[in-house]
Amino acid sequence: MGHHSNWPEWIYVGVIIALMVWVGAEAWNVERLVEHVPADAETIIVTGQQWFWSFEHEDGRKEVGTLHVEAGKAYKFDIVSTDVNHSFNIHDYVVLMDAVPGRVNTVWFAPDKAGEHDIQCREYCGLIHYNMRGKLVVEEPST
Amino acid sequence: MVLELQKPRPVWQIMFSTHHTDVGLLYLISSIAFLFMGGALALLIRAELFLPEAQLIADAMTFNRIFTVHGTTLIFLFLLPSASAVGNYFVPIMVRYKDMAYPKLNAIAFWMIPPGAALIWLGFADFTWYATPPYSIISAPGPAADMWIFGLKILGISSVLGAINFVVTILKCKHPDMSIGQVPLLAWAFLSSSLIVLVAIPTFAAALLMLLTDRLGVTGFFNPAMGGDPIAYAHLFWFTFHPEVYVLVIPAIGMMYEIIPRFSRKPIFSKSSGIFAFVLLSIVSFSSWAHHMYATGMSFTEKTVFMLGTLAAVPASGMHVFNFVATMWNGRIKFLTPMMWAIGGIALFFSAGAGGVANAAMPLDFTTHDTYWVVGHFHLFVMGTIAFGTIGFIYYMFPYVTGRMYNETMGKVHFILSFVGTVLVFFTQHVLGLYGMPRRIFDYPAIPEWIAMNQIATVGAMIIGVSMVIFLINLIHSSAKGKPADIHDPFGLGGKYYYPFESKNPHH
Repeated sequence: MGHHSNWPEWIYVGVIIALMVWVGAEAWNVERLVEHVPADAETIIVTGQQWFWSFEHEDGRKEVGTLHVEAGKAYKFDIVSTDVNHSFNIHDYVVLMDAVPGRVNTVWFAPDKAGEHDIQCREYCGLIHYNMRGKLVVEEPST
Repeated sequence: MVLELQKPRPVWQIMFSTHHTDVGLLYLISSIAFLFMGGALALLIRAELFLPEAQLIADAMTFNRIFTVHGTTLIFLFLLPSASAVGNYFVPIMVRYKDMAYPKLNAIAFWMIPPGAALIWLGFADFTWYATPPYSIISAPGPAADMWIFGLKILGISSVLGAINFVVTILKCKHPDMSIGQVPLLAWAFLSSSLIVLVAIPTFAAALLMLLTDRLGVTGFFNPAMGGDPIAYAHLFWFTFHPEVYVLVIPAIGMMYEIIPRFSRKPIFSKSSGIFAFVLLSIVSFSSWAHHMYATGMSFTEKTVFMLGTLAAVPASGMHVFNFVATMWNGRIKFLTPMMWAIGGIALFFSAGAGGVANAAMPLDFTTHDTYWVVGHFHLFVMGTIAFGTIGFIYYMFPYVTGRMYNETMGKVHFILSFVGTVLVFFTQHVLGLYGMPRRIFDYPAIPEWIAMNQIATVGAMIIGVSMVIFLINLIHSSAKGKPADIHDPFGLGGKYYYPFESKNPHH
């Protein structure tokens, strides 16, 4: 248009870009730390199938629906599916990873205190998706 | 502009017409019909979720079918056709051409919608609008799923035909005296969104065919049991449908670019920055598709790339918001119904965008992904921004289409109720997502926070429902009995910045 100056718009765009750079850098940094699996993490194999979760501990113990872990330890979940896509979710610990047939996806967490938390499926998987729920029981450390 | 409804014409004459305003009218009426059909399904969903346990929907299968058809209907049968309606009316007039470049193709593109819609509604598939494999291949019941696939195939072709028509009309048929920079921003919006359609849709068309042959058991592209990869489908799908978000939102912004300057009685602050932001959005729309897939097991590098690609869309969207606010600044604003919808739409566009930045940031996405946060987030776009812009524009073009004025009071009540309802439903759903409620669930455990948020959302949805009934009454009553509009200046804005609507394209 030419009859007015555009500098407020340039400043505004500059501020947005600066904000986005900050969000991006911060997210990059946090995600980098979050994804770093500790070396001593115990592996738990998580299997999603229509419409329940089952778990296999490193020592061979198997559980269905309810998962028992100890506070103060790190756990790595290897997540698989036997039929369709699911998404393994412990919302209270921001654990979320899709269970995709044909793939092994990994996510880890370290519960800090004893308690019970909900496990749920967060990817649509059919008829009983709404009730594909489980329990996480965090127990006091055994030693 | 031609007044289609002022003098009585037999219905068949409009139906078999290829004139751009007739086809526009067909698009308009059918899209409004689908708005009400899809909206009714939304009210059923909200009523069901008012309390835990089954309320009025008998079983999960019915619920799953309802939200699938709700999403499919409102995206493909309301949002896309309503944009085509506006484009059909205004693009030829804005580029000063007698019609769309290919009038017959235009009519064909419209007439592909009824069969596509029939397949979707008669089938009533249950695999979500995303048709996620391997569920859609091995588990989803036919023939509903196959009918959905064919329906989408037809609607996809219709979109591509429409897009070709807009691109050719704007680039090749504009008046020789008119440079591309003089083309109004609404037409620029259709040029940008049509170019996105042409690049994006073929990918989904291919994915649909692969999905169909997978379902038939002939191939195994996405079926892990046959060596395929479901994540490949996710990439193909989102390569089409993330840009598709911009296909929907860009015309709505274009409509706001028509409304805001006229009702502010000031020229647009910067037309060139509007054009620049449209073009930039069209390009960066292709750099962000996999932000829908952070939790599928993508590598850290992939996630970083798509996060940056997503954040890149924010400055361009922000430029539009700036442009609107700067245009209104010091304007003599007349708060009539279309202006209220446009301003409300801009406010909700800003809110939706702010939520989108949180989604794009990788660690936060693992909190919000596939929860009600996402439902609230994209509904602030599709309802809060796109439907608001479109409904505002429907009020704006009402006098030009019917020759009569809508009822202003009812229009304002419609806006206020819809705005309050939208805030109640979709802001609440963000909170619900933070509490961890997954989307697409028929029933939920009786967690007090979840119940409270769901009830607020349901009340909000019912308020929107009431407002839409007022809308419908206003449309029907005013088109027959409304007071005749002063066609040269129906909104009493004074002529200086007024678009020359008296320019007519006579039937030929």
